[in-house]
Amino acid sequence: MAELEAVIGLEIHVQLATRTKMFCGCELSFGDAPNVHTCPICLAHPGVLPVPNEEAIRYALKIGLALDCEIAPRSIFHRKNYFYPDNPKAYQISQYDIPICGPGKLGDIRITRAHLEEDAAKTIHAGASGRIHGSTASLVDFNRGGTPLVEIVTEPDLRGAAEAAEWARLLRETVRQLDVSNVNMEEGSLRVDANVSVRPLGSEELGTKTELKNMNSFRFLQRGIEAELERQRGIVEAGGTVEQETLHFDPASGELTSLRSKEEAHDYRYFPEPDLVAIVPTEAMIAAARESLPELPAARIVRYESELGLDAAQARLLAADREQAAYFEQVVAAAAGAEPRVIANWVTGDLTAALRAAEKEEDYSAPTVSAAAMAELIGLAQAKTISHGSGRKVLTVLVAEGGDPKAIVEREGLAQMGGDDGELAGIVAAAIEADPAAAEQIRSGNGKAVGAIVGTVMRETKGRADGGEVNRLIREQLGL
Amino acid sequence: MAGMLELTVAEAAAEIAATELSAAEYFAAWREAAAADELNAYLWTAPEPERHEDLEGPLGGVPIAVKDIFVTEGVPTTAGSRILEGYLPPYTASAVKRMREAGGRVLGKTNMDEFAMGSSNENSAYGPVLNPWDRGRVPGGSSGGSAAAVAGGLAPAALGTDTGGSIRQPASLCGIVGLKPTYGAVSRYGMIAFASSLDQCGSLTRDVTDAALLLAALQGKDLCDSTSVGIEAGIGAPSREDLSGLRFGVPQLTEEGVEAGVREVFEATLRRIEQLGGEIAEVELPSSELGISAYYVLAPAEASSNLARYDGVRYGIRRGGDADLLEMYETTRAEGFGAEVKRRIMLGTYALSSGYYEAYYGQAQKVRTRIAEDFEKAFAAVDFVVTPTSPSVAFELGAKTADPLAMYMNDFFTVPMSLAGIPAISIPAGLAAPDGGGGELPVGFQIAAPAFGEQKLLEAAHALEGALGFAAAAGDAAPWRGGARG
Repeated sequence: MAELEAVIGLEIHVQLATRTKMFCGCELSFGDAPNVHTCPICLAHPGVLPVPNEEAIRYALKIGLALDCEIAPRSIFHRKNYFYPDNPKAYQISQYDIPICGPGKLGDIRITRAHLEEDAAKTIHAGASGRIHGSTASLVDFNRGGTPLVEIVTEPDLRGAAEAAEWARLLRETVRQLDVSNVNMEEGSLRVDANVSVRPLGSEELGTKTELKNMNSFRFLQRGIEAELERQRGIVEAGGTVEQETLHFDPASGELTSLRSKEEAHDYRYFPEPDLVAIVPTEAMIAAARESLPELPAARIVRYESELGLDAAQARLLAADREQAAYFEQVVAAAAGAEPRVIANWVTGDLTAALRAAEKEEDYSAPTVSAAAMAELIGLAQAKTISHGSGRKVLTVLVAEGGDPKAIVEREGLAQMGGDDGELAGIVAAAIEADPAAAEQIRSGNGKAVGAIVGTVMRETKGRADGGEVNRLIREQLGL
Repeated sequence: MAGMLELTVAEAAAEIAATELSAAEYFAAWREAAAADELNAYLWTAPEPERHEDLEGPLGGVPIAVKDIFVTEGVPTTAGSRILEGYLPPYTASAVKRMREAGGRVLGKTNMDEFAMGSSNENSAYGPVLNPWDRGRVPGGSSGGSAAAVAGGLAPAALGTDTGGSIRQPASLCGIVGLKPTYGAVSRYGMIAFASSLDQCGSLTRDVTDAALLLAALQGKDLCDSTSVGIEAGIGAPSREDLSGLRFGVPQLTEEGVEAGVREVFEATLRRIEQLGGEIAEVELPSSELGISAYYVLAPAEASSNLARYDGVRYGIRRGGDADLLEMYETTRAEGFGAEVKRRIMLGTYALSSGYYEAYYGQAQKVRTRIAEDFEKAFAAVDFVVTPTSPSVAFELGAKTADPLAMYMNDFFTVPMSLAGIPAISIPAGLAAPDGGGGELPVGFQIAAPAFGEQKLLEAAHALEGALGFAAAAGDAAPWRGGARG
């Protein structure tokens, strides 16, 4: 049987961090007492009418432009009809055939559309199960009801669980950097559903898909998709067919449970919302949204790779954090001569580790270690004035008390030991003498044994020796 | 006492402004009349005015009856439905607010067909309204309580809503003036939705001057209603007394089902227009024949969605719920909604269903567009389109309740204007005996104008009203003069 290829598309709900709800003046909130942010409109009292939130429309335009989407000159709202207590009007105002944002792209993945809609209220089912079945009572908190949402839908362009999770991270960073959402999966301001299917490698046809709902972390997203792919491969390889259904992934048990089958699918009876007029963004609105876009992660990754010569992992890591990336670029500008790739390692590796060791929540807009000090430190290491290890020690001091890297090097006596004065050669000779067994192993071709001698030298020199030089001296003295 | 109740709104407001009439005494007199309602026109009457001061404004001090479809804070609002029994709204409709800002006061909430679905007021959960001209007959609907209150001398004027004829048809059957403004002229905020793309607030008054006065107060863009635009030039008191230079288009519509007496009054009114200098021309509105069919797809479709919020969860009655959520929804809605409302919810749900949407809703939208285009073409040649308002005079209670289609045909002449979103007025044009025989009853004459052509429409209606002299001709037979037949 031909190998089965994974075909995955994502549907992402982004809660917009506007001041007020999508169609009424109630403030957005998280964690407040239930039902305090409500009004006749978001409780769907008789006679109320929705009025669209202009800020939400601006945010949707920003998201659309960031995803390279075509902006519809005229888009309309539809009603999506279904009964449930979290949906007080019994219809959700959403967009259907003419969304505000049409086809676009993020990285290599095509975006089908992005549209505006309103969030449902929150239902809490009292009782052991936490689900509506078997609950003793169901409670509704309308605080969330009516929060503006942008739903982003991708084409089925993703080919694996890890790729899907990786792309979803890129999307989150992209949206985060637009300042339009908190994009917090645990709090539900970013929610990801996955449409998953398999097909024989090389086939152009799409297999029957299932929908995985609401995985609340990227890890669970990946694990959920993995579990579903495994399930579908098992079915197909056993000669069966995949049924179209909506599934829930339980990360605790790793189990997939069916929420509803195709037969139970809703008929939402979509029709144009008669209470609202079309969204017709003006040229000025679109231009303003475009101008407000920062350099986004996808573009930054390309620039870091092509212009600064960073490797893909470094570029992605930096692009994911706008403030850290800006800091990195300041260090690059200040450290004339040092390679950006080396600077990236210092910033994302050593500096991050030093900050973490000091338990500092870094704010790169007011950095603990100034870009100039960082550049100077990297310069000292590049010139081999200090070893990499000594550089880390200087960083620890810089993080703890600040100061000038050169002064710290002098004060702490961290200047690298050269080979010229014979001091290092002496220490190496002593180390070889102290461990004849290791010396013998090295002579007989066991290269790994060098580590023991290097370790002794580093201890003796308190890390001021250059590792390469120590290696060279050991081999020289053993006549190799 | 009787004297002050015979004043029109404009006259009363002027007398109050001139301190020739006490607003408090005037309100008390109307309050007494309304409390003595024998027509079942009111579902609630105000124990006292909201305030005695604030007599500023064109409606200064005048009590107005309000159809129970407008939500009023702290005042029971049912839309004629059992499902909203006991509901006290937490806010007030924009139209009612504007009426108050112009100095008006809420006199009471009037009975209506449940959720404005009906043409006879027999669909109210709170019992039918009786026609003040003949209490064995219907007042029309759905604003039947408002029409009966004004015609029966229980209110000087009333607010109503018109979705397919719900102001004009009861005005016609009760011998008063009913104005449905252009869609978007008056805010719909706080007006309980039946069919959102058609619903429009308007007035039921004794004369055209009062209709203008109320429209001037009610119209205007409202930030709470995205579809509202208002009438840019505003509305002034109509003064025209002739129709010279104006062309009135008469569409060639199927005349089946139009009563002989209605036709006679209509023809006589056309002659009167000519006598006033107006010109009568034929116009073609070919798609209007399909108006009722399109309307009974679109209005129920929107209604099925608008009425889905009545589920027993947040307000109104709640029934059942011992088994599960679905059982609560079903029991609440089964007991809360009447038969006609259920019929339309089912029709609308079907029309929107996947696989049927294009065949029903999609087709009906196309018809709607054509009807609007027909009117546009017609208005290139004429200033107004005129028709009888209703094919018949007021019919007997129970005469059409068993036959929904016969009931729907009542709106044959009024639905096309609703679908086109254009303004139309019904003025009483004469009296005629029903086909089946019996005492003479009022016949309405409908005039429709292009969108936002209300001022011109009111001017023409004012001139024609003066020439027809309906109120004077009806004389003591008019119920507001105590001429009602028991």
